[in-house]
Amino acid sequence: MNKHVLSVLVENKPGVLSKVVGLFSRRGFNIDSLAVGVTQSPDVSRITIVVSGDEQLVEQISKQLNKLVDVIKIRTFLESDCVNRELILIKMKAGKSVRQEVIQLATIFRANIIDVSASTLTIELTGDSDKINAFLQMMGSYGVAEIARGGTLSLERGAHSL
Amino acid sequence: MKRNGAETVLAMMEENGVSVLFGYPGAATVPIYDKLDQFSIRHILVRSEQSAAHMASGWARRSGKPGVCLATSGPGATNLITGIATAYMDSVPLIAITGQVDSKLIGKDAFQEIDITGATIPLCKHNYLVQDVSSLPQIINDAFYIASTGRPGPVLIDIPVDILNAVWEFTMPPKEINIRGYKPADKGHELQIKRAMTLLSEAKRPLVLAGGGIVSSRAFAEFREFTKRFRLPIISTLMGIGAIETTHPLYYGMLGSHGKKAANYALDEADLIFVLGSRIADRSVSGPRILSSRTNLIHIDIDPAEIGKNTVAKIPLVGNIKTILGQILALSPELGLSYPDTSSWLAELDSKRSEKTLQPREGAYVNPIYCLQELSKAAHGSGVFTTEVGQHQMWAANALSIEQPGGFISSGGFGTMGYGLPAAIGAKLASPEDTVICIAGDGSFQMNLAELASMCQCGADIKIVLFNNGCLGMIREIQKKRCKGHYVEVSLEGSPDYCKLAGAYGIQSRRVERDRDVPGAVREMLGCRGPYLLEVMTDPSQSSI
Repeated sequence: MNKHVLSVLVENKPGVLSKVVGLFSRRGFNIDSLAVGVTQSPDVSRITIVVSGDEQLVEQISKQLNKLVDVIKIRTFLESDCVNRELILIKMKAGKSVRQEVIQLATIFRANIIDVSASTLTIELTGDSDKINAFLQMMGSYGVAEIARGGTLSLERGAHSL
Repeated sequence: MKRNGAETVLAMMEENGVSVLFGYPGAATVPIYDKLDQFSIRHILVRSEQSAAHMASGWARRSGKPGVCLATSGPGATNLITGIATAYMDSVPLIAITGQVDSKLIGKDAFQEIDITGATIPLCKHNYLVQDVSSLPQIINDAFYIASTGRPGPVLIDIPVDILNAVWEFTMPPKEINIRGYKPADKGHELQIKRAMTLLSEAKRPLVLAGGGIVSSRAFAEFREFTKRFRLPIISTLMGIGAIETTHPLYYGMLGSHGKKAANYALDEADLIFVLGSRIADRSVSGPRILSSRTNLIHIDIDPAEIGKNTVAKIPLVGNIKTILGQILALSPELGLSYPDTSSWLAELDSKRSEKTLQPREGAYVNPIYCLQELSKAAHGSGVFTTEVGQHQMWAANALSIEQPGGFISSGGFGTMGYGLPAAIGAKLASPEDTVICIAGDGSFQMNLAELASMCQCGADIKIVLFNNGCLGMIREIQKKRCKGHYVEVSLEGSPDYCKLAGAYGIQSRRVERDRDVPGAVREMLGCRGPYLLEVMTDPSQSSI
């Protein structure tokens, strides 16, 4: 069974996530992982869902999700076809003129550049929300193509666990 | 113009063509009731909210427009759930409006508070919790659009009572609807249609499987012309009954576990099947994947998720069935294909027909099949039938002559006992000129029989044919087959005398116990003015097939 990534753009409104997640449980689809965050448009969120299954299952999940009125757009990928990192992926419109500046800023923030094309740079960054917000603020003046931002993962310090 | 939220709701309902509203008042919806008399909307007072949803469903299925029901917060809203789920499973356009507690109290477990938008996610096409009075007009317009376009379905709007009371400067939203996440399909892909017609030209034993989509898209004329032009035999699902009159020479009946022999034979022997607006669900086809591995399927549905869900289609065609059949009719002469002569295939299917016109028998009990045949005869094709759920539903599906387009209204997908009586009331209000007949069993009938009162209150002239076998016949039948006759909790002892009960409501009634009394009783029922209950005594051991 292959792992597939569903990239789902939804209305950034209360209750939308439970509609999306509820659909998985009631149709008997399993979620391997889920990450939600707002995109460059404040009224649009991106839900990134990883599922295991065959093409037919992924097609059915995608079609069922598409029926939700609050779902704007869906794309599915094989997991091996895309970069997958925790917390934040940011794709910069970085043509020749600004490319060096963007790379330098990424280095200062200890971010990794994980994908390059003639016109874009895709940067991966992990860290707390302050660090990410600060980085986003810096990148804002260069032209952000898109952002996928994951939820924060937390574990308690020390020996005590839940 | 200053309006409060309640007036806004009612004004937007009027704007969307609502003339009848099925509801039950409560504390959270009092503001709506306070303004009701200022608008030209007739309110039908139900006796339980579940019935409000069923009535709205019956209304929608007869009129082709969304039915509207209204309930208060908490238990009012949860009582709607079964009705909403019933509509969802049968793709019925429905608007459910629920009152909610004051928005400042939401989440505080206030009196009669329930998260109804959360609870109805899996059984609504879409739902809203209104957070601002000024968003109401657009939400209501969007809700009507979503409920009635694409694959129809229920949409719920939950409105906190403070928003119903909030006053604002009313402005009408723009007429055109633009919801970026909702773009229903209409036209079918032309290349796919050409491929489908090529496949038809190569077929020897083509078949049409008519589903509920034909009825909900009101594609009656196109469907008639399509099957006539290519002389295609028709079988139907339960929901597809009424897509074409059941007396049509090309119609071979309902398929499936409780279906007709000729229909199931046709399904087994066909080399090409046009599946029109059907989910190919488990009660219709037990092995849908086997079916598609053996036969070429052309699956036409407005919901792309239905194609490939239960079966694999050789040619998927997404769009509105009415539009696609229109495209097929327009395109087929230009394609220059020659289509198969189906004469010998039709003759083969005719030889499998098993319907017989029954004669009255002597002895105790009425044969329900004979009764339904006599009823069909007496109704002269004018009947619109609703059913409850159980054995009588299967008898009705197989034995009634349905000649009115969409004239068979039954809970197919969800199998909701108690649907038939309220649905009949809704259907009658939608088209008062129809003879609306509710076929019931004594189990289902008792689920929502309180609606006899709302039927009388609103003056709906419904004829009820109640098959009384004193038990839950369908479950008894299952216990007979699977549990070797170990009958548990299927006896309905303690039930009332139904004729006396009808009398208590001022409803005319008659009981028949023998076949020979049926023709007279049926004619008396149809000839009388006002509601009528015909109690038909049947044998508990009578099978549903």
